[in-house]
Amino acid sequence: MRRFSWLYVPAGLTYLFLYLPIVVLVVMSFNAAETPYRWDGFDTAWYGRLFDDRAVREGLINTLVVAAGATALSTVLGTLLAVGLARYTRSKLLDAIAVAPAVLPDIVLAIGLLAFYTAVQFTLGLHSILLAHTVFGTAFVAAVVRTRLAHIDGSLEEASRDLGATAVQTFVRITLPSLAPGIIAGALLAFSLSIDEFVIAFFTAGPQDPTLPIVIYSMVRFGVTPEINALATLLLAVSFTFVIAAQRLSRLTESL
Amino acid sequence: MSEHRGAPTGEPLVSIQSVSRRFGDVQALEQVSLEIRQGEFFALLGPSGCGKTTLLRILAGFEHPDSGSVTLDGADLLAMAPHRRPVNLMFQSYALFPHMNVAKNIAYGLEREGVPRREIRERVDEVLATVGLTGLARRRPHQLSGGQRQRVALARAIVKRPRLLLLDEPLSALDKKVRAEMQLELKRLQHEVGITFVVVTHDQEEAMSLADRIAVMSEGRVRQIDAPVPLYERPADLFVADFIGANNLITGVVTTDGLRVPDVGVLPCPAAPDAVGATATLAVRPERVRLGADGGLVGVVRDVTFFGGTTRVAVDVTGLDRPLLATVAGAAAVGLGDKTRVDWSGADAVLLDRA
Amino acid sequence: MSSTLTPQRAARTDVGPRGRRAARRERLAGRLATLGPGLGYLVVFLLVPLALVLSYTLFHRGRFGGIVYEASTDNFTRVADGLYLGVIWTSVKLAGLTTLLALLLGYPTAYLIARLPRRWRTVALVLVVLPFWTNFLIRTYAWIILLNSEGVINRTLTGIGAIDRPLELLYTPGAVVGGLLYAYLPLMVLPLYSAIERLDPQLREASANLGARPARTFWSVTLPLTLPGVLTGCVFVFVPSLGNFVVPELLGGGRTVMVGNLIRDQFLKARDWPFGSTLALVVIALLVLLLMAQAWATRRLAGGNRA
Repeated sequence: MRRFSWLYVPAGLTYLFLYLPIVVLVVMSFNAAETPYRWDGFDTAWYGRLFDDRAVREGLINTLVVAAGATALSTVLGTLLAVGLARYTRSKLLDAIAVAPAVLPDIVLAIGLLAFYTAVQFTLGLHSILLAHTVFGTAFVAAVVRTRLAHIDGSLEEASRDLGATAVQTFVRITLPSLAPGIIAGALLAFSLSIDEFVIAFFTAGPQDPTLPIVIYSMVRFGVTPEINALATLLLAVSFTFVIAAQRLSRLTESL
Repeated sequence: MSEHRGAPTGEPLVSIQSVSRRFGDVQALEQVSLEIRQGEFFALLGPSGCGKTTLLRILAGFEHPDSGSVTLDGADLLAMAPHRRPVNLMFQSYALFPHMNVAKNIAYGLEREGVPRREIRERVDEVLATVGLTGLARRRPHQLSGGQRQRVALARAIVKRPRLLLLDEPLSALDKKVRAEMQLELKRLQHEVGITFVVVTHDQEEAMSLADRIAVMSEGRVRQIDAPVPLYERPADLFVADFIGANNLITGVVTTDGLRVPDVGVLPCPAAPDAVGATATLAVRPERVRLGADGGLVGVVRDVTFFGGTTRVAVDVTGLDRPLLATVAGAAAVGLGDKTRVDWSGADAVLLDRA
Repeated sequence: MSSTLTPQRAARTDVGPRGRRAARRERLAGRLATLGPGLGYLVVFLLVPLALVLSYTLFHRGRFGGIVYEASTDNFTRVADGLYLGVIWTSVKLAGLTTLLALLLGYPTAYLIARLPRRWRTVALVLVVLPFWTNFLIRTYAWIILLNSEGVINRTLTGIGAIDRPLELLYTPGAVVGGLLYAYLPLMVLPLYSAIERLDPQLREASANLGARPARTFWSVTLPLTLPGVLTGCVFVFVPSLGNFVVPELLGGGRTVMVGNLIRDQFLKARDWPFGSTLALVVIALLVLLLMAQAWATRRLAGGNRA
């Protein structure tokens, strides 16, 4: 019924552009050939090789440790910050500081933290990456929670005070529960950003414990093997599941 | 049918023939046919979802009927793209361009026609004066009050001198006082510019006070097209009788003496010799119902509501499932719980949906 | 600040001097408890590091690395040197081209998504964002496989006989732009989508009703009103593109050097942190200029979208 629209051309190009490389990557991961460029028949050997790769396994564990720690810390700091910014101040400067880590190019934050760690003679390792990831994690959690706060009726809190609850009781029993979907969404965001983060980790990592993105970086730099395709496919599958689950979850919590 | 209050010339301007439109499971318009005359103030009245907005959007070209035809001055309107139609719409939300000031908003349509710059300026100034907004030309829409925004929307539409001006719920966004003012203003303007106006509204009072003729719609169909007075006094069916103003509706069987209602008696109604024995509904306006008369029915006053100029009295009558409403001038002579008689003359009542 | 606007509004009627003092004390406590930890953290791990970088721009590198704390403006004179200025210019050009392409692809895409039926909209949006949630390095790596002289595109083209010899696709500025575009395109589509979606469709109808053809409606109504979204998208794409060093390295093969590569090398290879900091300051300055332009344009349209 609707007429053909020229908009379909660039929009189609966008989706083709976005998905062509991914499709090629996935297909090539089941390739029997030694190079990722030539098709030699279907094989899952590269997945076997990947599971035996100690560097990848350790990188994955390091990444999860960093992401879990940074997420926990960012969620607490970011939620408090969001409530404080929305309810206790109108300072534009504080607003700007709270969003800065999300806006700054990652390399600026990376060299700043490297300079800082060096200046205070802080030994680099997983803990330094964890603290670094908490910086942008806090900013993103605060941003997401604030959007949620904007949709919440402030009179709920006033009603709670009016009925005799203290400030702390009101925060714990009224503010936090109504913020829950925002907090969960913010935490998920912080977690997935940390898992994928490379530049800051690269600058603030110690020599011993690389995270998975750093492992991938050296794999890509020092030789292209189909093992990366297999790893890429697995990571894609995890991310896709994760995003779709988050989407479902947010639809669920929104309907509450 | 009946005479008109205004002075439309009577020539049909727009002719809508058997227009139907369906959205999924909803039949928005079903075989709608009506004519709008040159120079008249026409209203499409009905509850939300009755199809009036769909009809308006079809006239503007934002919606297409599944079947039927629409002509303007005899030319096929449906074949014209929205931007080529000599039809302008005043949107319910006004849809003023927020990034343009008042003058630019009004000039927008003229610029599209390629009107020379000089003439645009003159016509904009002229129309600003007409709607009483001289001096606000440089304001942005968000700097205006609701009433002022509406005037800009109106000016933007009439400056194009369309053959047909459509107004979508023109007064609904205004507060009560501004609304009364705008109501007068719209009538004055329509008279002044001589453009045919079609107003869509769910507010019967608005339609009654503005329009020369009203089409009452419900569930995608036109129920009645008439001038306000006959529409009020001679509703064509139960829906119109119930929708326009307050009405007492009583169902019974037609006899030679009146309408027989079980457990109540025979009620006065106009003579309908051809319908004797049929079931019908009697409609009588509260202001036609007399209280404390000699004959009629006996009831107990259940509620008295004072409106200032008038008082509405609800009377419980044994055998009727709804209390009878009567409107009396000034304060009521009866009080809560009083026994009273109610009556009306058969000529003041209407018999509907005889079957 | 008026205390009636806060949740701390004294609910009881006894708002004597004592009650007021208690309310003020409670307010201060609330402020400290909520803002304290987060801001404290950001001061230590964001502001102090940034201040450090800023201060380094005035010093210079010691003979064996490290920092010599003697203030001078040498670093800035060096940035103005033709070589480095050239790199900065290349970076701005490539990031600018990436932004332009992202806008040209992203606007129609966002426009189309905003016009889809509601349940398809979410699907279309998720599809745009999905690749963004996969590892950035892997997304870049995928392009190596595609563009390599033995890669998928060249094999396909030689296979169908369109070309005799493989095209040199990888390790070109074009490959860098492609990689950057691939990395940041979703960041363009999202703000554009939200700007277009928020636009009252009646404004477009009003424009048509007043006699504007669809193209005129786009230029006079749709585009000006979505300009804040356009600018946000441009900042979101331009800024990370400018500072990126992975894409130029992996897809540019070191032949295309961008300012991000310079900064990385100054910190991790040349160990000239003061000069690296100065280059970073250039990036920050460009960012601040862009944000100011964006804020200005948004303010000019302010009231606009809400009116």
